[in-house]
Amino acid sequence: MSGDPRTLYGMTADLVIEAEGLVKNFGKTRALQGVDLAVPRGTVLGVLGPNGAGKTTAVRILSTLLSPDAGTARIGGFDVVRDAERVRRSIGLTGQYASVDEDLTGRQNLELFGTLLELGRTGSRRRAAELLDWFDLTAAADRQAKTYSGGMRRRLDLAASLVGSPDVIFLDEPTTGLDPAKREDMWDVVRSLVTNGSTVLLTTQYLEEADALADAITVIDHGRVIAYDTPEGLKRVVGGQTLEVRPSDPAHLSRIAAILSEVGSGAQADEIRKGVLAVPVSDDAALTETVARFAAAGISVTELSLHLPSLDEVFFTLTGRTASDDDTTSLTEVAA
Amino acid sequence: MSTLVGTPPRTSSVLSTAVPNPRPFRLVRHSLALARRSLIKTWRTPEALIDVTLQPVLFLIIFVYIFGGAVAGSTHDYLQFLLPGILAQTIATGAIAIGVNLNTDIAKGIFDRFRSLPVPRSAPLVGAVLGDVVRYVIVTVSTLAIGYLLGFRIESDPLRAIAGCLLAVLFALCLSWLPVFVSMKVRTPGAVQGLMFALIMPLSFASNVFVSAETLPGWMRAFVDVNPMTHLVAAVRGLFLGTPVGSHVWWTLAWCAGFVVVFMPLALRAYRRKI
Repeated sequence: MSGDPRTLYGMTADLVIEAEGLVKNFGKTRALQGVDLAVPRGTVLGVLGPNGAGKTTAVRILSTLLSPDAGTARIGGFDVVRDAERVRRSIGLTGQYASVDEDLTGRQNLELFGTLLELGRTGSRRRAAELLDWFDLTAAADRQAKTYSGGMRRRLDLAASLVGSPDVIFLDEPTTGLDPAKREDMWDVVRSLVTNGSTVLLTTQYLEEADALADAITVIDHGRVIAYDTPEGLKRVVGGQTLEVRPSDPAHLSRIAAILSEVGSGAQADEIRKGVLAVPVSDDAALTETVARFAAAGISVTELSLHLPSLDEVFFTLTGRTASDDDTTSLTEVAA
Repeated sequence: MSTLVGTPPRTSSVLSTAVPNPRPFRLVRHSLALARRSLIKTWRTPEALIDVTLQPVLFLIIFVYIFGGAVAGSTHDYLQFLLPGILAQTIATGAIAIGVNLNTDIAKGIFDRFRSLPVPRSAPLVGAVLGDVVRYVIVTVSTLAIGYLLGFRIESDPLRAIAGCLLAVLFALCLSWLPVFVSMKVRTPGAVQGLMFALIMPLSFASNVFVSAETLPGWMRAFVDVNPMTHLVAAVRGLFLGTPVGSHVWWTLAWCAGFVVVFMPLALRAYRRKI
């Protein structure tokens, strides 16, 4: 199922991030075993996988922190090993490892990175002020970063990676450990970065995060790409759609079940929750047909909906495990 | 499979400036910017200055009043003799802290951030080493200040006194590449501290810091005579007290050059391999 990006984005796709056959071993641990990644300009690629799948290793290679044992990667056409210096000028990196100096204030951190990025004294100050404002950190700007809350720290980390206005942004698990409201804030930031033309590669364990942000998703497990598609594409490939109905009068359940079994794609309708019937369907047309049949039979319903499978189900189908097997809280649990 | 819509227009709001091409003297400018970071950290955590403020004070008072009478016949004579030695000893142990700090720092992720930026690889280390100069200046000032309160007096002239202070600071600056190298090689900050003390203590005791080298047995003299600490102490003592310094200044400078030539490349190489 791992496809060519050109089938998703068209033949003319301008790939900003390209990786082919990345291999990386740490002693006996085979972190990456031939990973391909591709991200066209101005899009978000979600790299999804459980802890230890190799996501972070892939990001560290793409951001020039690690050399691959085999395979190549280019950012904006520049090789991450041979042209590391050029690559570093066009990327921003945020993750559990690329952090800020906790003893410095938010402003001092951003100004330091501005100086290192050759923005000059005035340029660094202006850029720091601009980012502090954008990330709503102006009030805390002159406090040491170690006094920041978790959400503020993440915003500062992200701001730090944007000082050089990079074309390409790597976000390694940007919302791990944040509460749902803070997570939504981060999502809005990512969306506006993309609207402004940045290309984003985002790793996450949260299926909902990939679903909310990504134009395409690469699923990695045990150092291999096991799927590459759009979120909708992935859902369709794995499960098809499901039609769910809740009748106004529970007495109608059996008549409804009979109708659903006829419009469905073969399987019998099932009562998936108390008073809710569901049946797998082959396409959207089933919805209109169901409505017409209910009307003809004089049955009223309080709920009628068509669902793609969740990415959780997709992940389970692909790997035989849930995405959060080795994690105590998953976004889907929190948000459910 | 669906086809995605194309590129959103690139507007100029937050993402307006592009990173310009590198300007010359990048290593120097970036190292200084990163040295400033070390300075801010030092300023923010004054308790980390205990080794360079309290230690010389305690050592001077303890050694002068316990051993002064026995070793030199009078506490004042011993203070005149001992102060340059205590300065050399505390400035050398003060250089250990950089290894301990780097070992802690490197695990925290800020160094990965530096490595993802278009910054010369060695700049974060060079910056950290340069930033610690302020600590060596603080050792020098606090040692001389407490010395003056106890009755120490410079017997040469201000110029030679300043030269003595600068020599001590330079010695620590060059020596600090050794703890930097050690910090890249061992796993914990405690191991850096332990190993460095094990190296520095024999250097400072088997020397002329506390007693004149003439009183030592022959086999120990052989070590004491090549000990870099001996040369530093003899040079500073001469510069402070106006006595002849002989070739000790040159030997000290040679040792400084040796530390940098050997341990700086080793430290930088270990740093590149570390992560």
